[in-house]
Amino acid sequence: MTKLTTTTNITGADDFYAELLAAHEGLTKADSDALNARLILILANHIGDRAVLTEALAAAAGAGTDRKQPA
Amino acid sequence: MTKIFETPLYPYARSSDQDAAQPVRHTVVIIGAGPVGLAAAIDLAQQDVPVLVVDDNDKVSFGSRAICFAKRPLEILDRLGCGQPMVDKGVLWNLGKVFFDERQVYGFNLLPEDGHKRPAFINLQQYYFELYLVERVRALQAEGKAIEIRGGNKVVSIDPRADHVGLTIDTADGPYRIEADWLIACDGANSPVRRMMGLDFVGRIFEDNFLIADVKMTADFPTERWFWFDPPFNRNQSALLHKQPDDVWRIDLQLGWNIDKEAEKQPERVIPRLKAMLGEDVEFELEWVSIYTFQCRRMEKFRHGRVLFAGDSAHQVSPFGARGANSGLQDSDNLVWKLKLVIDGKAGDALLDSYDDERIYGADENILNSSRSTDFITPKSDISRIFRNAVLDLSEKFEFARPFVNSGRLSVPCTYDGSPLNGPDASGLPARTRPGSPAADAPLGDGWLLDRLGNRFQLVGINSPVPAQSDVDGILVEGLSLETAADPSGALSARYLGSADAAVYLMRPDQHVAARWTSFDEAAVRKALATALARH
Repeated sequence: MTKLTTTTNITGADDFYAELLAAHEGLTKADSDALNARLILILANHIGDRAVLTEALAAAAGAGTDRKQPA
Repeated sequence: MTKIFETPLYPYARSSDQDAAQPVRHTVVIIGAGPVGLAAAIDLAQQDVPVLVVDDNDKVSFGSRAICFAKRPLEILDRLGCGQPMVDKGVLWNLGKVFFDERQVYGFNLLPEDGHKRPAFINLQQYYFELYLVERVRALQAEGKAIEIRGGNKVVSIDPRADHVGLTIDTADGPYRIEADWLIACDGANSPVRRMMGLDFVGRIFEDNFLIADVKMTADFPTERWFWFDPPFNRNQSALLHKQPDDVWRIDLQLGWNIDKEAEKQPERVIPRLKAMLGEDVEFELEWVSIYTFQCRRMEKFRHGRVLFAGDSAHQVSPFGARGANSGLQDSDNLVWKLKLVIDGKAGDALLDSYDDERIYGADENILNSSRSTDFITPKSDISRIFRNAVLDLSEKFEFARPFVNSGRLSVPCTYDGSPLNGPDASGLPARTRPGSPAADAPLGDGWLLDRLGNRFQLVGINSPVPAQSDVDGILVEGLSLETAADPSGALSARYLGSADAAVYLMRPDQHVAARWTSFDEAAVRKALATALARH
């Protein structure tokens, strides 16, 4: 059963995207990587549900694979 | 002063076996007088199985080595009659601190559950541990038990046969031969027996070196486990400080892979490292310095006919988590009652095969935990280091991140889920005492439940009387009828009844739960006992 939300769920997508980029603004690559890692862990804990997290990992990996292997 | 580990405890003495015309046959021979070999020998001797331990050395282990002993092994040692001196001498600890870079990120308390005779952990040098085991051997000898340790006896060849194992042993007086009905190889991670039998030992190699420096100092550090990730005094590496008895402190410094091991062991290299960690003004003397590397690996099978491997000879893990000696003691705990029943003709070969099932399961659990700890402590890729550091940074501010911090998942007892020896479970009873679990301790009047369990099959009736003694197909099963009303702490009820009013547990000689019900049914017990003996 799919539990991961993959339909639109954030109101004001452009605003959030800008906020995400702003958080990285001026950071070195290393600091950006660290910020992303902290963010992933915070969000993962907020979700908590192991099945959703597993689905999210698979969804992220799958989307990347699609991009690397264009039809 | 001569240290314990420099004093011969079982010096070579000529045995009459060396003058026998034919090789003398022994019931059980154990190779290796380390913690696991001695524990197995004591267990056998207590049950009147004659046992001979041979070791090429004649002293307890050189240096502190294993220092952290967990609750379950202490309970096993109680059953072996030598838990008390260990706990009396050992250092009790519950508190720990985790440091990252230049700061403390958090502290923890193991918060051990009340209502157990033994603490969660003690720290004790392996040489004391072995000394108390040897003293227990001497006490058993004084009682007339057939248990012998032969020091200066080096096994140089093994000849496994269908009905016995032949051994050639070298001594100061030259070689001699003996035979064993059963052989237990407790000869360590580099097991010569394993090598002589040409058996595999595969797994994962970790490319890292660690410096152990045990120092004697009267410094004012608290009795806590301190662990550093990437500290200023050991950049990009880890460090550990932990207290042992006699003002000895374990210091463990990660050094990395490409080092000159011999040079790093020299005091002129070690002392500045320790001063950087402890402070320039702290006075200390080096007791033992060693550099170790480790692997996580196990044998494919621990039983090879009449040769049984136990402890590090069968499986090896990183030291983080104290899962080496602690799991080895669970091996001998699991093996000895099975071997005893097979020797007595009360169980068949299949019971010994269950040693493989259960302890391979335990070894895999330890290897998994140990590998994960190691991957956290020494990240193997850029991204794993990024996540590791993210966890540590978050752990300072947010409680949620602390369970991710892995400086060693400390040894917990193994529950043999899925074991072929497990009988039925009953719904409503607590998960912690399900079949396959080691019995949880609980207060019982002036004493403890675990002190009344072990060494034979038992039926424990809780608010459900059971027969005081019954002969079930040739196996004596002792009954223990308990009332939860007699335990005002409520621990017995919480650990064994849960939401049920009454329960009946079938306990194995190693204090593990074989099966349980909510009422006594003789036919069900008979069936579960047959399962626990691998009779079908």
